[in-house]
Amino acid sequence: MAEPQHQGGYKGYVITWIWLLVITVLEIAVVLVGLPKAMLASLLLLMSLMKAALIVAYFMHLRYERVAFIYTVVTPMVVLAVILFAFVAPDAIHVFTSRR
Amino acid sequence: MAHSVTVEHNQGAAADWSGGQSPFGLNWPKVMMWLFLISDTLTFAGLLMGYGAMRLSLGTWPKQSDIFHLWLVGLMTFILICSSATMAIAVAAARTGDKRIVMRFLLLTALGGLMFLGMQVYEWTNFIHEGARLFENPWGVPQFSATFFITTGFHGGHVTVGVIYLLITALRWARGTIQPESVEIAGLYWHFVDLVWVFIFTLLYLL
Repeated sequence: MAEPQHQGGYKGYVITWIWLLVITVLEIAVVLVGLPKAMLASLLLLMSLMKAALIVAYFMHLRYERVAFIYTVVTPMVVLAVILFAFVAPDAIHVFTSRR
Repeated sequence: MAHSVTVEHNQGAAADWSGGQSPFGLNWPKVMMWLFLISDTLTFAGLLMGYGAMRLSLGTWPKQSDIFHLWLVGLMTFILICSSATMAIAVAAARTGDKRIVMRFLLLTALGGLMFLGMQVYEWTNFIHEGARLFENPWGVPQFSATFFITTGFHGGHVTVGVIYLLITALRWARGTIQPESVEIAGLYWHFVDLVWVFIFTLLYLL
């Protein structure tokens, strides 16, 4: 009821699908090219977050729900990401720099 | 004027958060599925963070590309993404009332899940043949195979449950005993399985 019907039928899903495949290929390409570890890690993290956003927004339709519901779902995820990052990132950076 | 606008806005937000018959303009089953998925995110976040903490504290980790076949994992990822797309189409067709497309794409999605599981069985078999056990392996870091088995095992369990869920949904759809929203809720679960794989694929295999 809250969701508007997609006038283009399945077109939006096909575009999302293609983007997911493109990013996956890019992820594998980035690994095969053999970049420095820190750069590789940040690129991979960025690309997986992009994929996650595509899946949640379009496949799971979160974009078309009410704003209050979007906040309800996204806020805990952001808090989770921030806390995990705050705990792990200092150690990760330390390990990266001390191993050189 | 500005004041009354604020009040109205607050009332809208209060209505969204107050539960009742239809929180956020959604039905309860869908809200509950989202709630479950959020809690399941925490489960997988715990597993992946455990892996991260272990790998960092050990300071050494086997080179994954020497052990896993990247083409196989890439293919598994490809199939899971495709099955997520077919699920999205099944959900859209359910909403527009295109009954035969719903059935066809639900079964196609389940088939994608089965193919994924088949490849995972192949991967596990290879891995075990090479000497990997839950707490020991030939690559010198016992935690490596433990992480692999537990994390991909948890995900594989979710895929297995998902395939059963999809088949039950297809059966009930064929009998006409469920509403389109039930297909959508099954879809939410299935997309979540794909979502988790995005992070497992990146963190366990690529990084």
